[in-house]
Amino acid sequence: MVLQSSLKNCLQRSCILRMPKAGFRSTTSGGLIIQSISNDVYQNLAVEDWIHDHMNLENRQVLFLWRNCPAVVIGRHQNPWQECNLRLLRQKNIKLARRRSGGGTVYHDLGNINLTFFTTRKKYERMENLRLVVKALKALRPQLDVRVTDRYDILLDGQYKISGTAAKLGRTTAYHHCTLLCNADKFVLSSVLKSPYKGLKSNATPSVPASVKNLFEEDPSLTCEMLLDAIAEEYATQHQIDHRITLINPADETALPGINNKTKELQTWDWVYGKTPKFSVSTCFNMVYKDSVLDVKVDMDVKHGRIEVCNIDLPEQWLPPALCSELMKSLTGSKFCPNETTTLVTTLLRVCPQDDELHSKWNLLCENMIMLM
Amino acid sequence: VCIHRVRWCSSIRFIKSKYVCVFDKSALKFSHQQRLFRTSAVSCGQIVQFKLSDIGEGITEVTVKEWYIKEGDSVSQFDSICEVQSDKASVTITSRYDGIIRKLHYNLDEIAYVGKPLVDIEIDASKGVASEEDVVETPPMSHEEHTHQEIKGHKTLATPAVRRLAMENNIKLSEVVGTGKDNRILKEDILNYLAKQTGAILPPSPKAEIIPPLPKSETVPAAPKDKARKLPVPVSRPIVFSGEDKTEPITGFQKAMVKTMSAALKIPHFGYCDEIDLTRLVQLREELKPLAQTRGIKLSFMPFFIKAASLGLLQYPILNASLDENCQNVTYKASHNIGVAMDTEQGLIVPNVKNVQVCSVFEIASELNRLQSLGSAGQLGTSDLTGGTFTLSNVGTIGGTYTKPVILPPEVAIGALGKIQVLPRFNGKGEVVKAQIMNVSWSADHRIIDGATMARFSNLWKSYLENPASMLLDLK
Repeated sequence: MVLQSSLKNCLQRSCILRMPKAGFRSTTSGGLIIQSISNDVYQNLAVEDWIHDHMNLENRQVLFLWRNCPAVVIGRHQNPWQECNLRLLRQKNIKLARRRSGGGTVYHDLGNINLTFFTTRKKYERMENLRLVVKALKALRPQLDVRVTDRYDILLDGQYKISGTAAKLGRTTAYHHCTLLCNADKFVLSSVLKSPYKGLKSNATPSVPASVKNLFEEDPSLTCEMLLDAIAEEYATQHQIDHRITLINPADETALPGINNKTKELQTWDWVYGKTPKFSVSTCFNMVYKDSVLDVKVDMDVKHGRIEVCNIDLPEQWLPPALCSELMKSLTGSKFCPNETTTLVTTLLRVCPQDDELHSKWNLLCENMIMLM
Repeated sequence: VCIHRVRWCSSIRFIKSKYVCVFDKSALKFSHQQRLFRTSAVSCGQIVQFKLSDIGEGITEVTVKEWYIKEGDSVSQFDSICEVQSDKASVTITSRYDGIIRKLHYNLDEIAYVGKPLVDIEIDASKGVASEEDVVETPPMSHEEHTHQEIKGHKTLATPAVRRLAMENNIKLSEVVGTGKDNRILKEDILNYLAKQTGAILPPSPKAEIIPPLPKSETVPAAPKDKARKLPVPVSRPIVFSGEDKTEPITGFQKAMVKTMSAALKIPHFGYCDEIDLTRLVQLREELKPLAQTRGIKLSFMPFFIKAASLGLLQYPILNASLDENCQNVTYKASHNIGVAMDTEQGLIVPNVKNVQVCSVFEIASELNRLQSLGSAGQLGTSDLTGGTFTLSNVGTIGGTYTKPVILPPEVAIGALGKIQVLPRFNGKGEVVKAQIMNVSWSADHRIIDGATMARFSNLWKSYLENPASMLLDLK
């Protein structure tokens, strides 16, 4: 399915560069610049998938511009428990998404812009794209000290990371996307990207932490809009195409047939959590119960986001052994998820002996177990 | 099928000879070998080493992150084989061949090398024979390291199963519109194409006279002039259904529910149902809704139902009790922790409002709001979900009138509320009026609760709701 035959509706915007287009037919071949009107991370990731799967990029490259409401995006082969503070994310209602490209974890909010460069597999070239971005930034503000590293990062003043990169290669198409920090909330960024979970062991791709800085801090006159325009303009110049940005709506099933299914898939638990490579949790914690402190040791193996093996070592007879083994047995096969575990353990309590002391011990132990997730 | 072939040959003459050729010579051999292929475990195909192709940017090593297939699986050309990662780039490796995976050269997290074998695929030897551009697409068995196929001629992609179906029905693949990925032709596309040709799927036409189908008539409406005379009868095609049963283990919360419900069934349930006239309550709620809104709370009917239940439990405390395992002792619970069944993505969860006996209707509404938002966010805590003593289930928000609710141990009673319907009823003067009617279905543990107690409790609860002003007298 070629995009040009199906894209119909685009919105009006009152900016010089952005114009409504009734289809891609009139665009000069060689390139296309599109921008998402949505700030939903799942919808925008779905657009990337859609272009990757359905567009013929043979004589045409695409630049996709997008921004998201607060979200943490982990790489394809990463472990969310290792990479971020899931508890904090849930509390602050920050979304968690797993993208299809590799690389590390990033925090997105409206002060961060995302750029995706789509090409054929043969024309995949990340350095070129990043140099384009640097060129655009320098054209906008010549005094900015920005450069590309050999790890495909963009550094400001030689030390602060302002952009991270990731890529996805398929059979015929490829894309390289990167972030660009304009005016993101650094405080939230650093707190959500710090994992509180201990005792995790896995082969998942680890992120490499770096000091970050916003371009806004270097030059308060910069805005996201200006950066987007500058990059679009540089892209248009280099590809010799119209300086026009086409707006697309990632919820438009007519323009992008099948997009809503892609969006849904990206939000499923099985994709976000279930795709975590196998890992183990080996930790211990203290519980305070009626003037005594108890040591509990927990060992779990988690595969596809589900607990494959579960072992809880409690002081002897603190809980009836039958109950403890019932807990371990029930957790086995269950999702490594606080909500699932909460509903599981509270439901199990209904068929346990009705003893207040027993119930409070059970609740105490289970709450600590849930904290591990 | 016979009629098919005749028709095809007459209308597409220039292909005729090719078709005959294929059918006479290699087709039989082809299908024969296919059958062998399917039934026997030991095959006589050729093993090809599929090498890891160039990733670009001068990369020589990658890490294998996920296998999509395992040894023994059959793959089609373009199916995904594995996901590898190199320096922040995730690459999907797809198969160049159709065949069976015989060996994986790497384990997960191992380093794979560009140019070295990734998997061994056993290819069906007969595939190399068919080289008809129009009917069958065959990948060239070259040793070039391309990651995507150079397809000669028309760019028609189709799996072997689809190609077989097309060939069996004398269909030219290039004439079929592919709706799959990369314009790939799917089985549905072939079936749709077929349907259009035979006219098998006909929309019901209101103008058509009912002509009984002639028993030996021509089954295919070949020319327009035939339409007026005969009602086309669908060509019978074998119904192709490729669905398979899917078995999944029961885990986690579902497993716990199995335990709970099995225990619940040991309780001898008896049911008691009634109809409640909520006309006055509906009016009252309409009046109070904006007031609650100003205080930031959404007021539904549940807070009234819950408070009325608690008032009833004060008079009939046995309904707020618990029977021990050996049925030796009954514990009358002091707190009215009334559970509210909630339908979430996971299933049925029952958080409870604590100590309803000392809460006002507004406080109950406020607590319900809190539980509902936590419930939909999947963030209910253990204390919200434990300690319940009595449960109400408002299944009426989804639908239904009377139900047979199951008691949630260790409780002894439960009430299920149907939907509120506007129905005609007689008033005191014998006139027919519009009434807001809701049905309630109670279930109680017959070991300690008798029908009379349940009925009286229900009547009391009903009277509070039918005449909300009476609640004022008994509110603490």
